[in-house]
Amino acid sequence: MNRIWDKTIEAGGKWSGTVGRGKLLTFTALRAGANVSLLLYNAADFTERYNMPDTLKAQHTAHLTKGNVLMSDNGRVLAAITEDSLGWHDPLGGYTTREETDAKYGESTYQRERNGWLRSGRENLTVELTRSGLGVRDLVPVVNLFSKIVVDEAGGMHFMSGHCPEGASVTLRIEMDALVVLSNTPHPLDPSTAYPSGPVRIEAFNAPPIGEDDLCVHYRPENRRAYENTWDYYALMR
Amino acid sequence: MAVFNRVESERNVAEAIYDKTIMAGDGWMHELLPGQVLRIVDLEGNQAADTLFYDADNPDDRYSAAKTIAGQRNIYLTAGSVLLAESGAELLRIVADTCGRHDTIGGACSAQSNTVRYAHEKLHMHNCRDTFMLQLAGYEGGRFMKRDLAPNINFFMNVPVTPEGGLEFADGVSAPGCYVELQSIRRTLALISNCPQLNNPCNAYNPTPVRVLIWDC
Repeated sequence: MNRIWDKTIEAGGKWSGTVGRGKLLTFTALRAGANVSLLLYNAADFTERYNMPDTLKAQHTAHLTKGNVLMSDNGRVLAAITEDSLGWHDPLGGYTTREETDAKYGESTYQRERNGWLRSGRENLTVELTRSGLGVRDLVPVVNLFSKIVVDEAGGMHFMSGHCPEGASVTLRIEMDALVVLSNTPHPLDPSTAYPSGPVRIEAFNAPPIGEDDLCVHYRPENRRAYENTWDYYALMR
Repeated sequence: MAVFNRVESERNVAEAIYDKTIMAGDGWMHELLPGQVLRIVDLEGNQAADTLFYDADNPDDRYSAAKTIAGQRNIYLTAGSVLLAESGAELLRIVADTCGRHDTIGGACSAQSNTVRYAHEKLHMHNCRDTFMLQLAGYEGGRFMKRDLAPNINFFMNVPVTPEGGLEFADGVSAPGCYVELQSIRRTLALISNCPQLNNPCNAYNPTPVRVLIWDC
């Protein structure tokens, strides 16, 4: 498959951009222990966005892996996970704030550390949302690529250290023209006392057409209906 | 062994400054002053009170499911839980709870999600996000809109996550008269959709009223 675009997001970095439906985005952790917080918005209507409960309820899951789709709050599929070397990405833990980042890793400022200062998820996501005319009002629970949170019977949330080795990768097939917003910042529940992020590479490809036996479409009947809603939406547009 | 944390309230209903019944399928939006206590009563049991909170002084900032559960490192809400906003600001604290566990993951039904979860023909059915949007549309001259909706709390619902990362729908944790009480830490707006869900067996396909009471501190 021909790579059409690629980018490396450095530790603490961020990125947003519009990605057309039918593109594949492969994320590769260039160091162990990566975490990329991901948000998705319909590029033609930012009020439609990734919805954590709709995604999880429809697929009866509290983690995301190959076969799962990321659903919008309008019953449609924004993206699908078509390949995954890890088996688990976290939709529950959210992103870090400035206060949390300072409390955990020590106060970090641009004035002292220049570009080595430790960025927070909230600030990164806010900047990228604001660039597109959105803002903190549009922040919702993120998908944390490469991270695993296990929930015990009492509801306790446990971060699985060592889950993401160097070279781990996950591929999203973008199913609607989407604003993709990314922050390469530590998971809020990562107990590491050192800011644990490393660079993450993103590569884009043109996806082959969705086949009759596509895993993500047929993962559950709910997935199929969400795809039908998506195709129905585009039938009126183009 | 599932853990349920039940804490009764000593507040007297006769001393409440506000008392209203929200009928099945209806919505409610109301401002809470710092220190005021809101009680939500599940009058007939196994009803879902889909609830969101906003920082009334900064309505761009609202209850965050992820911030709240990561902050307390537990996905369930019960007495002692502090509800956090996206910014990390503390909105309310749960001060009493006779149900013992409330859902943070399941979100609200919508016309569109009903087509995904059940069948395309469900599109016309009444749903929580329609109720939310009707309430928001009539508040503060249309300041609020769909972008102000986010994953909400489902009081009286039990949606356990398994250690394998599965999601279950375990009904029957609430009973007639079970209640939850929240004390507002700052000036907050409460938004409730008393769930009209007719596709979910948890309420025996019979949505029922909830009651809201407010006490001054």
